[in-house]
Amino acid sequence: MQDTLFGFILRYSRRQQFVILTLTLVSFPFLYFSLDLPKIIINEAIDGKDFPRLFLGQEFDQIPYLLLLSLIFLALVFINGGFKYVIEIYKGKTGERMLRRLRFQLYDRILRFPLPHFRRIPQGELIPMITGEVEAVGGFVGAAISIPAFYGGTLVVIIFFMFMQDYVLGLAAIALYPIQAIWIPILQKKLLNYNRRRVREIRRLANVIGESVRGVTDIHASDAGHFLRARVSDRLGRIYGIRYDIYRRKFLIKFLNAFLGQLTPFFFFSMGGYLVIKGDLTLGALVAVLAAYKDLASPWKELLNYYQQQAAVRVKYEQVVRNFAPAKLMPEPPLKAEMDAYVGPLGDLEVANVTLVDDFDIKILDHVSLAIGQGEHIAITGVETSGKTEFGMVLGGLLTPSTGRVKLGGQDLSQLPRSVVGRRFGYVGNDPFLFAGTLRDNLLLGLKHEPVGPGDGGAEAQALQRQNLAEALMSGNSPFDLRADWVDLAAAGVANHDELAVRTLRVLACVGMDSDLYEMGLRSMGDFEEDSDSIERLLAVRREVRARLLDPELSQLVEPFDPDAFNHSASVGENIMFGAAADGVFDPKKLGENPYMREVLKKAGLLDTGIDISIQVAELMVELFSDIDPGDELFERFSFIDADEIAEVKELVQFIQGKGAAKLKERQKRVLLSLFFQLVPTRHRLGLITDRIMVQLVEARREFTKNLPDEYNRSFEFFDPGKFNRWATVQDNVLFGKVVYGQPRAKERVGEVIKDVIDSMDLRATVMRFGLDYHVGPGGAMLTPAQRQKVMIARQMLKRPDTLILNDCLNLFDGAAQEAVIGQIREECRDQRVVALLSQAGLANRFPRVVLMDKGMIADDSPSLGAVAE
Amino acid sequence: MSLKEEVEVIKRIPLFSKVDPARLKLLAFASDRLTYADGQFFFHSGDQCDGAYVILEGEAEVLAGEAQSLVAKLGPNDLFGEIGMICNKPRSASVRALGAVTALRIPTDVFMPMLTKFPEMAMEVTIELAHRLERTTQQLVERTAENAKQ
Repeated sequence: MQDTLFGFILRYSRRQQFVILTLTLVSFPFLYFSLDLPKIIINEAIDGKDFPRLFLGQEFDQIPYLLLLSLIFLALVFINGGFKYVIEIYKGKTGERMLRRLRFQLYDRILRFPLPHFRRIPQGELIPMITGEVEAVGGFVGAAISIPAFYGGTLVVIIFFMFMQDYVLGLAAIALYPIQAIWIPILQKKLLNYNRRRVREIRRLANVIGESVRGVTDIHASDAGHFLRARVSDRLGRIYGIRYDIYRRKFLIKFLNAFLGQLTPFFFFSMGGYLVIKGDLTLGALVAVLAAYKDLASPWKELLNYYQQQAAVRVKYEQVVRNFAPAKLMPEPPLKAEMDAYVGPLGDLEVANVTLVDDFDIKILDHVSLAIGQGEHIAITGVETSGKTEFGMVLGGLLTPSTGRVKLGGQDLSQLPRSVVGRRFGYVGNDPFLFAGTLRDNLLLGLKHEPVGPGDGGAEAQALQRQNLAEALMSGNSPFDLRADWVDLAAAGVANHDELAVRTLRVLACVGMDSDLYEMGLRSMGDFEEDSDSIERLLAVRREVRARLLDPELSQLVEPFDPDAFNHSASVGENIMFGAAADGVFDPKKLGENPYMREVLKKAGLLDTGIDISIQVAELMVELFSDIDPGDELFERFSFIDADEIAEVKELVQFIQGKGAAKLKERQKRVLLSLFFQLVPTRHRLGLITDRIMVQLVEARREFTKNLPDEYNRSFEFFDPGKFNRWATVQDNVLFGKVVYGQPRAKERVGEVIKDVIDSMDLRATVMRFGLDYHVGPGGAMLTPAQRQKVMIARQMLKRPDTLILNDCLNLFDGAAQEAVIGQIREECRDQRVVALLSQAGLANRFPRVVLMDKGMIADDSPSLGAVAE
Repeated sequence: MSLKEEVEVIKRIPLFSKVDPARLKLLAFASDRLTYADGQFFFHSGDQCDGAYVILEGEAEVLAGEAQSLVAKLGPNDLFGEIGMICNKPRSASVRALGAVTALRIPTDVFMPMLTKFPEMAMEVTIELAHRLERTTQQLVERTAENAKQ
């Protein structure tokens, strides 16, 4: 990566810059001619004599001659415009490609940073560098050479033209340039320093914000909100100061330029006028010079802007690049071809005399030597500062030892291609982090090394994809198609995706994730449209569950969906819609704002009743929640009103108490009406929904069904006893009713019935497969930390590594689960090397060999007590 | 029975008698009203605590010890399970419905956050618990004195 902006520009866009420059140069004669033409038109055609004139062998009278010249002028306008258009488009394309290239290179750097580098550079600062700061580079690159060339050239052409008219006027036009040439760079230099500081400050701000997001719980728990606010305020203050200074200086430069620009015509009027009166200069020439001078202003301004811009962009570029240039980058990832040399078992893992020192030269590992055979299972324990965590990373090839070697089958690990290590080693750290996406995406990540086949999609999609890839290569981006088939089935030891799913379930069971996965499957809203077999079987489950719920013990636990009856355990809104919608289509807390809903209520004669009830609910909500913090869990769980609306509803309630409900405006009624839809009669026990209203609500349901606007067709489905509802979860579909309120342990007992039926119909694996589509949320936040760890272990096991390294990654499991999972992992990986770095000595006894580390050295290496007992 | 009546019942419970009625309303609103059939258990001894119960209608019996022998009877307006809830300990006894029972379950994850949220409520509950302790100590002293006389 180039250290300087112009280095980067020349290295990657030399050819493009040359094209831009050539086009610019070619455009100049036309530009010059278009400047000269007005003078000819005035002097020769309008003011001229001696007609007819000869032009290209034709004779022209005065009027046709004038028209001819005007048409040529028109043609030149088009030609100049055309040049400008083509040049600008080409510049834009060049600039955008260079921006894409730069961003990709920076991202590529992040993936190649040596791990300790991340301790020095906060994530919050890396992000704005790639996203925001380099943005300006894209706009600049296309113009980098062409702007000075074009506008400089234009300037030269215009000045040359002026000199051609009269050298005195030419001198007048440029008289003030030397002054500007001296002081602008001086001012600019100061500006640059400010710009540098601004960039740094913005980065720090980004970092503070990032930290606040990550640590928000601790901020609340420590009541440190004021302190952090003050911290941000302080940062903002600094940025304000810098920005204000920048603004002032920028304005000063602009102001002086504009002032000097307006000063020049003084010379034209005085000296030019004098020359015209004396008869040394034609009036046409003076007019043309004045016109040219007007044209001079814009290139001059552009040049100054360019000067300022390049200075600012250069600073940004250099500052960003400096941060992305650590001392030692990891090598670029090799491709499969280079990996073919490494097949089959690679031999023993040997650590020879390894020492690792930190930034302060303190020894974390001190001359450690250890050999771990192929297929050997070993536990390494020690206290937190024993160096065992770092040792795990060294074994996994993630940290390079300061001295000494880690060898695999006699070959130095650091000499092996990074990918060999990444594919043959399965390293699991203890930071429970997942990527946003589905559980499946996360599990298969360890199998996605490079594309193994074309993606699905027709020939058209493929052609488009090829085109996209060709474009990507123009910017030096990834040559791989994201939509290709990336899953390396062979690495997982399976022949097809069905087998892969089976194996995935087995691995997940192995890490104790099976019941979680089953729950996720029940809660998932898989898109089963193509899986008609599963749908049929789930409908069979629904019928069986319904049959079992006829049992008098259980029948009172569920209120089934019945198109002709009010459901007491469902909300008013659910009773009317009687169906399920895609997320966000019918916001359950905002139904009053939906025009179709209001229309339905009106037709069923429930609008006034609804508002009356809503007012009562609003009064209760205000009474219960108005002095509870909206971020509070009680508020979130029980309030009908969103946090951002409670204040408004409170005002409405006061308004009603003062002036009466009749005075409410239409918009206010809508806000209130949303409360009516959220009432669940048996849950909220307010006694507001009478039998008569229930009948009317079933009426409203029919009304709702009748005229549902087409826009909802693709995001909403009614409950139909004989059909699977694609917008409802598997569990809701199977249950096809509501668990009642008021029965102890109703949910659990119903859950058991469903589980029994699913097991008896041998559908557990199917449900679990749906669970693979569960979205884990950003960073895996929808899963518990222990579940995340399970997924991370499963991911590495799925690719069948030669060596599985578990670096303290079971610490969030509960005790019994830890023992069980260790046992299952060892059983599943009996032919693979397993290295477990453990904090709990008890767990280590489940391994045949235990190494104890202390102060960066091996204190003990012996068969475990458990192994001895056997 | 509607929310209003439930609030009335809760208000009559000594532990809550001095707590601001608005808080009790929220407590009732966030609680579940459950119906139990004859012989159905509220919980068994050793179970994890999920909340405290207030009987609205009907009767229940408290069974304790290894033989699960009857140690007390509970009736309308009686509160039980609150100690386990506050101390976060497993149930020390089982409670079984005697005939049909309607009860209000105050979930732990509602009650405990409310105590931290509303210090004045926590104060009232503490005072009531202290009174209870005082009475128990008093009884203990009297019993000991009686035993000594005999």
